[in-house]
Amino acid sequence: MQGSLSRDLIATVIVTAILLWIMPLLIGTYTLTVLVIYGMLGLSLGLIWGFGGILCFGQAAFFGLGAYTYAIAAINIGESTVPMILAVLVPAIFAALLGAMMFYGRLTDVYLGVITLVVTLILFKFMNSTAGPQYVIGNARMGGFNGIPGFQTLNIPGNPGAYIWGDAYFYVCAVALAIVFLLVSALLRSSFGRIAVGIRENETRMSLMGYDVRARKTVLFATGAAIAGLAGALFANWGEIVTPNLFSLGQSAEIIIWCIVGGLGTRLGPILGAAGLAYVKFLLGQQHLIDNTLILGLILVLFVLFLPRGIVPALVSLWRISFGRRPLGRIHQARRSRNRERLHG
Amino acid sequence: MDLSFVILVEMLYAVASLILIGAGLAVVFGMMKVINLAHGEFMMMGGYATITAVGLGVNVFVAMLIIAPLIVGLIGLVVERLVIRHLYGRLVDTMLATWGLSLFFIGLTTMIFGNTTTGISTPIPGFAVGGYQINGYNFFIIVVAVLLLIGILAVLKTTRAGLIARGAMQRADMAATLGYSPDRIYMATFFCGSALSGLAVAVLAPLVGLVPTSGGAYIAKAFITVIAGGPSLVAGLLSSAGVFGVVSQVFTFAISPVIGEVALLIAAVILLRLLPQGITGRFFKGKL
Repeated sequence: MQGSLSRDLIATVIVTAILLWIMPLLIGTYTLTVLVIYGMLGLSLGLIWGFGGILCFGQAAFFGLGAYTYAIAAINIGESTVPMILAVLVPAIFAALLGAMMFYGRLTDVYLGVITLVVTLILFKFMNSTAGPQYVIGNARMGGFNGIPGFQTLNIPGNPGAYIWGDAYFYVCAVALAIVFLLVSALLRSSFGRIAVGIRENETRMSLMGYDVRARKTVLFATGAAIAGLAGALFANWGEIVTPNLFSLGQSAEIIIWCIVGGLGTRLGPILGAAGLAYVKFLLGQQHLIDNTLILGLILVLFVLFLPRGIVPALVSLWRISFGRRPLGRIHQARRSRNRERLHG
Repeated sequence: MDLSFVILVEMLYAVASLILIGAGLAVVFGMMKVINLAHGEFMMMGGYATITAVGLGVNVFVAMLIIAPLIVGLIGLVVERLVIRHLYGRLVDTMLATWGLSLFFIGLTTMIFGNTTTGISTPIPGFAVGGYQINGYNFFIIVVAVLLLIGILAVLKTTRAGLIARGAMQRADMAATLGYSPDRIYMATFFCGSALSGLAVAVLAPLVGLVPTSGGAYIAKAFITVIAGGPSLVAGLLSSAGVFGVVSQVFTFAISPVIGEVALLIAAVILLRLLPQGITGRFFKGKL
């Protein structure tokens, strides 16, 4: 968390520009788009879990809710601007209500995990059962297991005929991710973000200092859901269909794996973890020798056992050890605190 | 009259199956505070073990009650030694590692058995009550669930091994001072928990088809039942399975099976919100 926001801004713009130039030369933009969207989804959980300490097993619920909201609204309205806004607001409001219920009940990690998991399951089961013609919102049929196809995809605001698709859509998604990344950075630099990290470290102390822990956790939870909802809407536009599988437990599991592998408590980690693992999965999907799920499971187990802090923090500390010029005292201090962590953790 | 009898049997069956599903997890989570998200896959593998054994010509009851628990218990033992042993006391890490294991096992089973539904036929014929047909096998499941609860209670309360296990779970350091190795006790407990999971789905296998991903259907229910049950093992399991079984069956009969499932999940959320320590955190305190 060193350096200023303007340095962040410049670095993000430069890195984004370089990636926007190089990546389409290596991977097709169609695949890249979904990697970018998954990156945003990873960032949404990375924010609330890595910086707020809220382990949500149901981040897929907000992702799916965003996608469904977009699809239903797009069919009814026929233009994509308002549905995009709704797709961010609806998951955020849903998460705020759910979060208020949980945090004001002072539920902690395991129970939080169970409730978010259960809510995801409820949505999954409900969406799967909405096959009949009686399940209609406006003009949009819910379609049950088959999902909702054929809605208006993203267009230039105010001009429903001008679709944004293909390469252009990739650039829209990438810029959206960069903007969200900057907003998250700004949020984490603000006093709200610092207090959120404080709550993650020691909830009791923060509440004794006079901060309303419950309200702050609820707001953070809703923010994460809003980002996941945006990712969901972008995903709906990319896939041009939404199905109940967006809510599935497998989807939730994947988001958690991305964060763990990429690195918790960093902003870049979840994004890189998401894009990297999604690409690995894409490559694995092209061979039939070994089952895909098996390898993902193995990756998760190995990371929890051997690299529980994830790739990005490990690389950062490797960099510091090799190239950093730190006074000796600080290294000793770091080592001592790491030992202490090992004793108590 | 006939209808109410059928509904009663269905409710008892729902409660019994929740007890079976939750028992293994209750031992592992309730006693060791290890959240085993691979519980569903342990159950799924128990089902496959049964089906394979029956396919090889073993008597179906032997396969269900002996072979399946043994095989799953052994798998559990390997998992405990290789993975979970390193993660005791790190709740979230265990949760994630076992989730990884669950994906791993799903992939493995898909590679071995393929992604198709398999099943075996029920070994006990059904019979008619008035105008309704009742599955005789439901009674078998109810009996197994009752025997299982009595068995767990008896082992924990009356045997020396149960006493040692309970002691080690409360104060591992004290048990170690008295000369018992907590490491081995944890290992044995995890074996028992896994074996119970194996038994559960082996017994349920004739009623439900099996696919490699069917573990997911159980894990949420098992998890909810155990967490809502709270700290006491048997009393918690019995009370939460009772509440959820009745709620889901009432809504199933009143509206539809899907609504029944959803009602169960909503009941769980409400219950956890009102009693975050579980049912036995407030009532039946200090019982087993």
